[in-house]
Amino acid sequence: MGVKILTEHINVPGINTLETYRKMGGYRSVEKALKTMTPDEVVDEVKKSGLRGRGGAGFPTGMKWSFLAKPEGKPRYLVCNADESEPGTFKDRVLMEKIPHSLIEGMITSSYALGARTSYIYIRGELMFVLRILEKAIAEAYAAGFLGENILGSGYSLDLHVHPGGGAYICGEETALLESLEGKRGNPRNKPPFPAVQGLYACPTVVNNVESIAAVPWIVNNTGEEYAKIGVGRSTGTKLISAGGHLNRPGVYEIELGLPVEEFLFSDEYCGGIWKGREFKAVVAGGSSVPILPAQLFLKTAEGTPRVMTYESLSEGGFVSGTMLGSGGFIAMDDTTCIVRNTWNFARFYHHESCGQCSPCREGTGWMEKILHRIEHGHGHMHDIDLLVNVSKQIEGNTICPLGDAAAWPVASAVRHFREEFEWHVNHPDKATAPGAVYRGAEDLAFA
Amino acid sequence: MAKITFDGIEVEVEDGTTILNAARKIGGDVVPPAMCYYTPLKGSGGKCRACLVKVTAGSAKDPRPMPKLVASCVTPVQDGMVVENTLSPQVLEARKGVVEMLLINHPLDCPVCDQAGECDLQNFSYDHGTSATRFEEERRTFERQDIGPLIQLHMNRCILCYRCVYTADQITDKRVHGVLGRGDASEIGTYIENVIDNDFSGNVIDVCPVGALTDKTFRFKNRVWFTKPVDAHRDCPKCTGKVVLWTRGNDVLRVTARKNEYGEVVDFICNECRFEKKEVADWTIEGPRHIARASVISANHYELPVINPQIIADLPESTTKELNLIPRPY
Ligand SMILES: Cc1cc2nc3c(=O)[nH]c(=O)nc-3n(C[C@H](O)[C@H](O)[C@H](O)COP(=O)(O)O)c2cc1C
Ligand code: SF4
Ligand code: SF4
Ligand code: FES
Repeated sequence: MGVKILTEHINVPGINTLETYRKMGGYRSVEKALKTMTPDEVVDEVKKSGLRGRGGAGFPTGMKWSFLAKPEGKPRYLVCNADESEPGTFKDRVLMEKIPHSLIEGMITSSYALGARTSYIYIRGELMFVLRILEKAIAEAYAAGFLGENILGSGYSLDLHVHPGGGAYICGEETALLESLEGKRGNPRNKPPFPAVQGLYACPTVVNNVESIAAVPWIVNNTGEEYAKIGVGRSTGTKLISAGGHLNRPGVYEIELGLPVEEFLFSDEYCGGIWKGREFKAVVAGGSSVPILPAQLFLKTAEGTPRVMTYESLSEGGFVSGTMLGSGGFIAMDDTTCIVRNTWNFARFYHHESCGQCSPCREGTGWMEKILHRIEHGHGHMHDIDLLVNVSKQIEGNTICPLGDAAAWPVASAVRHFREEFEWHVNHPDKATAPGAVYRGAEDLAFA
Repeated sequence: MAKITFDGIEVEVEDGTTILNAARKIGGDVVPPAMCYYTPLKGSGGKCRACLVKVTAGSAKDPRPMPKLVASCVTPVQDGMVVENTLSPQVLEARKGVVEMLLINHPLDCPVCDQAGECDLQNFSYDHGTSATRFEEERRTFERQDIGPLIQLHMNRCILCYRCVYTADQITDKRVHGVLGRGDASEIGTYIENVIDNDFSGNVIDVCPVGALTDKTFRFKNRVWFTKPVDAHRDCPKCTGKVVLWTRGNDVLRVTARKNEYGEVVDFICNECRFEKKEVADWTIEGPRHIARASVISANHYELPVINPQIIADLPESTTKELNLIPRPY
């Protein structure tokens, strides 16, 4: 059993109440930080911890915090990104639903570190039931004096609000999120200026993922050095992995970074191997926007080193033979999966979710989806396969926000690693799926 | 002040200037095309990706190249920055891609489009695109929408540059139109089939780079290349009254705002000047209008874009030679 930081008490009955949460040692970090530490000392601890953003990009949290502009007379904001719309990712929801006070405690401690007097949790609108859980927990925290004016007599005051989004994937992108929070259409902004300089209401703002913020109390309680001891190299601490797809034991697991992928995938403590003992075909390791990898390249790099669950190991080989840890949305696929259909399905999602501001993404995501639809339905040509790759290249890197890349990578990597499957579809227009692949029920055909 | 090198040409500009505006200071063929950026409109730019350039050195302090192409219209210069535009094959390739993307859902119906001869997309694709498309699926089409007696919206042609939205937001009283929907299903629309009518609404026609928003009082009355543009003004209580009259014989067929060489309106004009003053007697004529080289109206005028002579005088011979090698469409 690895160290558990975020989920240690997650199954304690009543942990969603303040009383039980405090019994298990909750809100200690607020007392410690507000009474014995300066805000800069808290930032320093987070820096020392090596914690990297858990929302996908893996940018060092402490460094992001230290970039926050500190102009006189302007408020600063902390915004928690609880939008969690990446297909395959469902870890933040579990934290908020089961142990809501851990996020609220993290918000208070982090807001103190950043000098924010008002903070927001921007939550996916579909998660109304989680919003209610959070609101109840926030009310408890206000009543106990952890929120509001003069918290615990420290002179520090904080208001915390939960704000439901309208349910658009793009509103998870930090600048679109801020636009949406300001009451506007959720279109990403051009960068620079970055949120650290001009964020919410044009004031300096930090946007952090739920899991990143929920890790802060442990770091404050146990020091950054202790946190940095967990994990491997620049991938410190623990990470929630939401494992789905063809697994015997799908679910949300807290792992120590550095866990061998083989152990994560096959041991009974975690995923328990591929469903029904079938063959492991491919994996999307960090949410649907990261490149797909065939099984053999996932277990071992092109050089033959066994991969471990870290940001570095998974991206070894770049996009030629590697992928990304991303948000930790782990989707395993067995040998009955049709990669073309799977890629088309991802493409449908990104086409639907593109905000439509920039031309390559607005037009390109739709184009890729249409080509994939054609290939999957037996109307494709050989030249379509290269066309797909070329269109994905026209999008990648040329857009305002990374949604364009997120749409391009799955397509480009699927063709790179499973080209013969695309060719098979073109050559066998009368057959719907590649050899070995199967349809999975009526809804799969509903869009055909 | 910041010194930057743009396509081998050194130029000094104020801090905070964008790469695009630094290039415009140089002028000529090296200036990146812009489909969505519009100087008078705050917040515009960054969307169409027509103006992407390669930054091969970020600044003197940090000379690392930027990993991705950047939108020159929204990226500020840094002292010591080195930028490649026409000199970078990657940029030219990306630009070709942008043209192809924009033409996916913009029909090539120039012969029956009222904007023909004045269309930024027509010029952009001529300069930077290829002659064929690889897109073979069905294109999106829209039902016509009535948005009032003055402005015709033809959504099929819209390239979603957002300029009209910024215009309405920033220079009219109550904006009733905006972008509805998402992705390639987005469209310019009015809130529940509203009518666009307020004093300055006509300006959305001038800023639209394509034929998506056109002047109902002029549409199809004439082809633009048969008209003669003249500068004129009148004493107007609402706007500067400085306009261009598009005349044929003694008839004033259309009134528009004056634009600079990059197609940007210099002074926005009111609807009264634009739609109601269609008699020569309403105006004080100043003289013939100089029209940008890309327009069909300047056909046979054989005007070549020139690099700012002050800047070119300081260039080493090798650079001028290289610049002469840049293929010119005209
Ligand atoms: C299209 C898109 C969707 C995103 N969705 C989410 C999301 O749902 N949750 C999240 O935390 N980050 C999401 N991100 C990443 C955020 O932009 C941002 O990097 C992150 O919230 C920063 O938090 P962190 O530093 O703690 O990871 C998304 C990014 C993109 C481009
Ligand atoms: S990349 Fe896509 S989602 Fe992001 S701003 Fe451009 S159109 Fe919108
Ligand atoms: S109608 Fe014209 S100005 Fe408005 S977004 Fe479309 S192309 Fe741009
Ligand atoms: S002009 Fe720069 S992105 Fe449109």
